[in-house]
Amino acid sequence: MSAEQAHGSASAEVAARVERRWATIAVIIIVCMALLAAFAGIHRATMPQPRVETIDPSRIHLSGEFVESNLGSVLEANGNVTVRAIGQQYSFTPACIVVPADTPITLRATSADVVHGILIQGTNVNTMLVPGYISEQLMRFTRTGDYLMPCQEFCSFGHEGMWGKVKVIDKADFAGRAKGGGRLSCVGQ
Amino acid sequence: MLVNRKLILAHFWLAFAVFGFALTLGAWQMFIRSPIGTWLSNPELYYRSLTAHGTVMGYVFPTLVAMGFGYAISESALEQRLVGVRWAWTGFWLIVAGSIMALIPIALGRASVLYTFYPPLIGNVFYYLGVVLVVVGSWIWVALMSVNLRVWRKAHPGAPVPLAMFANVAGSYLWAWTAVGAALELLLQIIPVAAGLKATIDAGLARIFFSWTLHAIVYFWLMPTYIAYYTIVPRAIGGRVYSDSMARISFILFLVVAMPIGMHHTFADPMVGAGFKFIHSAFTALVALPTLLTVFTICASVEIAARLRGGRGMFGWIKALPWDNPMMLALAFSFVMLGFGGAGGLINMSYQLDASIHNTQWITGHFHLIFGGAIVIMYFAIAYDLWPHLTGRELIDLRLIRTQLWLWFIGMIVTTFPWHWVGILGMPRRMAYFDFGDPAIAPQALSVTFSAIGGFILLASGIMFIVILARGMRAPLADAGPYRFALAVHQPATVPVALNTHALWVALMIALTLTNYGYPILNLALSSGTSVPAVYVGAQ
Ligand code: HEM
Ligand SMILES: [Cu+2]
Ligand SMILES: [Cu+2]
Repeated sequence: MSAEQAHGSASAEVAARVERRWATIAVIIIVCMALLAAFAGIHRATMPQPRVETIDPSRIHLSGEFVESNLGSVLEANGNVTVRAIGQQYSFTPACIVVPADTPITLRATSADVVHGILIQGTNVNTMLVPGYISEQLMRFTRTGDYLMPCQEFCSFGHEGMWGKVKVIDKADFAGRAKGGGRLSCVGQ
Repeated sequence: MLVNRKLILAHFWLAFAVFGFALTLGAWQMFIRSPIGTWLSNPELYYRSLTAHGTVMGYVFPTLVAMGFGYAISESALEQRLVGVRWAWTGFWLIVAGSIMALIPIALGRASVLYTFYPPLIGNVFYYLGVVLVVVGSWIWVALMSVNLRVWRKAHPGAPVPLAMFANVAGSYLWAWTAVGAALELLLQIIPVAAGLKATIDAGLARIFFSWTLHAIVYFWLMPTYIAYYTIVPRAIGGRVYSDSMARISFILFLVVAMPIGMHHTFADPMVGAGFKFIHSAFTALVALPTLLTVFTICASVEIAARLRGGRGMFGWIKALPWDNPMMLALAFSFVMLGFGGAGGLINMSYQLDASIHNTQWITGHFHLIFGGAIVIMYFAIAYDLWPHLTGRELIDLRLIRTQLWLWFIGMIVTTFPWHWVGILGMPRRMAYFDFGDPAIAPQALSVTFSAIGGFILLASGIMFIVILARGMRAPLADAGPYRFALAVHQPATVPVALNTHALWVALMIALTLTNYGYPILNLALSSGTSVPAVYVGAQ
């Protein structure tokens, strides 16, 4: 180590310089990542749910947005679709959700008992259902067909059996079915 | 100067015993939910097992490793007998009592709430009390680490605190503060309900409290591994630490930025608005910084070792490394797994990408790779390195040790890569059963089978690990000399106060937690009508 001591201060300076350079690169990488996330969030509108909405889970069966007769898919006047659903141990209502392809869809859902989750396989639709709060997600399907919709959070002993379904059908088909008004689902089909 | 060797050995042995138990459960879980397992007629058993596995692997095992290692660091780095040995044993026995208290209701199926205990699911009150005892036991350790450092400072005014102890105390403070989130959740919300004093609970608020703990606990698990990277590996392979001050900066950064970012676990949750989610996401990016710095410093330190051994060339020096040294092997495996796991972590932290893998098997694959892989393999290395000093006996069977490390590495890759993949396909986590006969799920069958095979490789490796340590207790006596930590290339004679003390950084950690958590917590705590009825597990 004697040779090293002779070069001590010079090599320490080199070491510090290399290190500073790496630290700078690391900081730049991180700033870029944060900017990318901000850009994607603002520009592509891929943001998580912006507002917090609460609801009393012991009354959802009795009145308000999530009464049984209001669950399912509805075609709004502007051509968009709203889907309302609830999760409870151990099923979703409706257990089969029907929606049109190529249409902006708003999913509004909540839980009637414990924490559940909704995940639609093969898509980015993925949200928690926390009792007391309403979850809202925007979605749009480009491909018709059947998708599995499992509950993705442990909700007690029947969790492994909590699988729903999403049926994406042709836009015109959906419009035809929606003509009579009311709430659509594909339960029993 | 390892005086209280029995204390340290007790922590390590208990840690590895519970690890072996939970590992066996893990392998069983892997098997039973794979296509090669047969359908469990009672899925409830799976959730008992999963609660035990998660509780032990998340709370008991790493905490005991950090504590045992912490005591060893305090005695050997400070060269000072441990102050407060009685208290240390009290902490140990609290953990024993807490673990037993928690495991009994789990075994009886009365606490199958999983280690994250998301309310309003509520289990038996003794499960939660057991977890609280474990945490209280570990807080005694936190206090002792601080006291021992203070005693040493009195005797060595102004001297640089040895890096290992500086990092160890930083880790203990991080743990003390991050455990407060879950402690508040347990004491204020869950335990009153589990004890029957209240019947409703705010499930959203509970998730926020838990996220306070859930992220930084990961860095608490990681601390022993990072301490080993900086202060054991370079010594064990004949090198030097590239930079002492960069090491201190990394540990300080962990202390400050690991805390105020936990809400990245609630990206998909309805009870936090987009603003705080974005803030936490941005802060999460910052926590990559200390890891990037560490990767640089450790690679440079390893290169120094190689060049001191005569290594030459741009990459030729890699050949000159002591590859038959278990520490070298463990470090290399750990870094490979850290690289893959870190890349996965960057995906999880962005809330756009998170949506495609949130709560899928990707997540379980991810943290097994980082925690079970990159972190735990260094726990093995720490044990191997310390063992001769603790037992006064030599670990002779280097070949067996190398095989064990290889198997752990291979097992982790075989287990976790397919595990990530089925997550991308949308396979949800925490399920006792999958119907692989369903054409939509059938494509996942092969991957899940591979994971299960990997699980058995891991089990074999884990058993080997325990056997090696047990045999080490009976090997011939040999004096291993004093336990030493790596020196820096330029070992500092003085260190700036900011890099030698923790107070400023602890204050910053607390302040950032308050700014990033204060509003969301107060907002929910003060709003009425968000409490929901508790749902008791096993009540039917
Ligand atoms: C080595 C250290 C390990 C650690 C620290 C660890 C930790 C954990 C944790 C914290 C959980 C989460 C529990 C939950 O979601 O509630 C978990 C789940 C699980 N672990 Fe491990 N684990 C380890 C090793 C293993 C091994 C070797 C296997 C076997 C292959 C395994 C199989 C599993 C399985 C199957 C799950 C449940 C996944 C699910 O159902 O979603 N673990 N582990
Ligand atoms: Cu569920
Ligand atoms: Cu986290």
